[in-house]
Amino acid sequence: MRKLTVRCLLLVGVTLFSNASIAKVIHSERSLYRNILVEETGDLRCLKFDEKTRQSSQSCMYKSKPKKLVFNYTKLTFASLLMIDNPKNVLIIGLGGGTLSNVIHELYPQATIKNVEIDPAVIKVARDYFDFKESEKVTSKVQDGRIFIKRAALKKQTFDWIILDAFNGDYIPEHLLTKEFFEEIKSVLAEGGIVAANTFSSSKLYEHESATYHAVFGDFINVTTAKKSNRIILAGFNKAPTKEHLTERVKKLAPLLAPYSIDIDAVSKGMRSTKNNQDWPSDTKVLTDQYSPANLLNF
Amino acid sequence: MLNKTNGLIYFLAFSSGFSIMGIELLGGRILAPFFGSSVHIWGSIITVFMLSLSFGYLLGGKLSIKRPSLTKYGLIFLLASIAILPIALFAQPIMAFIFTHVEDSRYGSLLASTALFFIPTIILGMISPYSVRLLVTDSEHSGQVAGGLYFVSTLGSALGTIITSFYMVLAFDVNAIIIGFASFIGCLGLFAIALDKLTIKEPVYA
Repeated sequence: MRKLTVRCLLLVGVTLFSNASIAKVIHSERSLYRNILVEETGDLRCLKFDEKTRQSSQSCMYKSKPKKLVFNYTKLTFASLLMIDNPKNVLIIGLGGGTLSNVIHELYPQATIKNVEIDPAVIKVARDYFDFKESEKVTSKVQDGRIFIKRAALKKQTFDWIILDAFNGDYIPEHLLTKEFFEEIKSVLAEGGIVAANTFSSSKLYEHESATYHAVFGDFINVTTAKKSNRIILAGFNKAPTKEHLTERVKKLAPLLAPYSIDIDAVSKGMRSTKNNQDWPSDTKVLTDQYSPANLLNF
Repeated sequence: MLNKTNGLIYFLAFSSGFSIMGIELLGGRILAPFFGSSVHIWGSIITVFMLSLSFGYLLGGKLSIKRPSLTKYGLIFLLASIAILPIALFAQPIMAFIFTHVEDSRYGSLLASTALFFIPTIILGMISPYSVRLLVTDSEHSGQVAGGLYFVSTLGSALGTIITSFYMVLAFDVNAIIIGFASFIGCLGLFAIALDKLTIKEPVYA
């Protein structure tokens, strides 16, 4: 919810600075899951899910500078690269506008990137309006993320960078936030790989979510900005990086990520390990397939 | 004799409606880890529930012809209670088996719903027509009795849906709720049987 406020403020800001300050809907369609809008406000084009009570931006891009990332959480996701080097098999659950996939492909053209998205209409809109690029290396699949992971586990596939971005502003697919799901993810995580989850939980759910990640992956790293609207959870790594290692990675990555307006040095300063630093009560109930009222807890 | 038990029959019909929808609602939760939470999940679940209820009505009606009794009525509840238990006990291996053998999650979820819910829902469906048989005494009031029964059982369904989805999933594990429904239905069945045995003795003292 806070994420939403931030996004709204951001939009207002962009609106004020652009000449054409009126948002224009350039495309809308009703999918099996939701109403999808593509809206333009001056130079900014956004993919929105129209959820009746409010619209939530899922992905935005500047038309004149498509490389530049708009959302903070997208930038925070790249903190993953401080922990791994040269990912070869990337899995992205939840496509949005395809921004992450595009950027990762540009950074690592040799990497195989699998995008899994439940809504075929989102994939279509990403292709048509957000320049989502597919190739031999970059593919997208219409499937529920949980099913994809289960099938991947059966086929003994592994990925060294798994990005979970399946939550939208209003609704959490509850079967994607359970101990069993995270265990399945762990089983397809390559040795030395990392899981990056974009989440926006608040209050009670924040605690349950943290406890659940901790139960499966042990200590993890929260990546936030000062505003703490979203957090990226980095989990599944074997060893927390040393300060020296981080500084070295920041130095190496900074010029690579700068074109995307990712200030990796600033991002790295927002990383905080849960080791000796748990910000949830130790008796917090872990979410399981048996107990997962995530949406009811997120108030 | 029937007057005394009428209230119980209405309450039992209410409870079966409550449990059917409570279980149906949890069906989505049970299937999601293997078959996702897309709209086809609900397609599978609702299809199986409607289909098995329809068979249940047919069977219950047929069963009610020959010497209807509160004991037989209670036995239906007991049977339903036993048939519900495998949902809690064996759902995981059953779904894992179907998942590995059926690639398409639409047919996978349809098969899994059938395996888990078909039999218990048939038995629960038998309750409605059997209740009508136990309550109707003359044809003039048969429509009114049936109407009253639909009312209580559908009201039960509405409450079973909302209480399960709003409150029970926040307080309990899915399996605990399923076992709770099974025990509840089973106890009601035993109670009906016990009451029948007691009321049969009555004429002796009269």
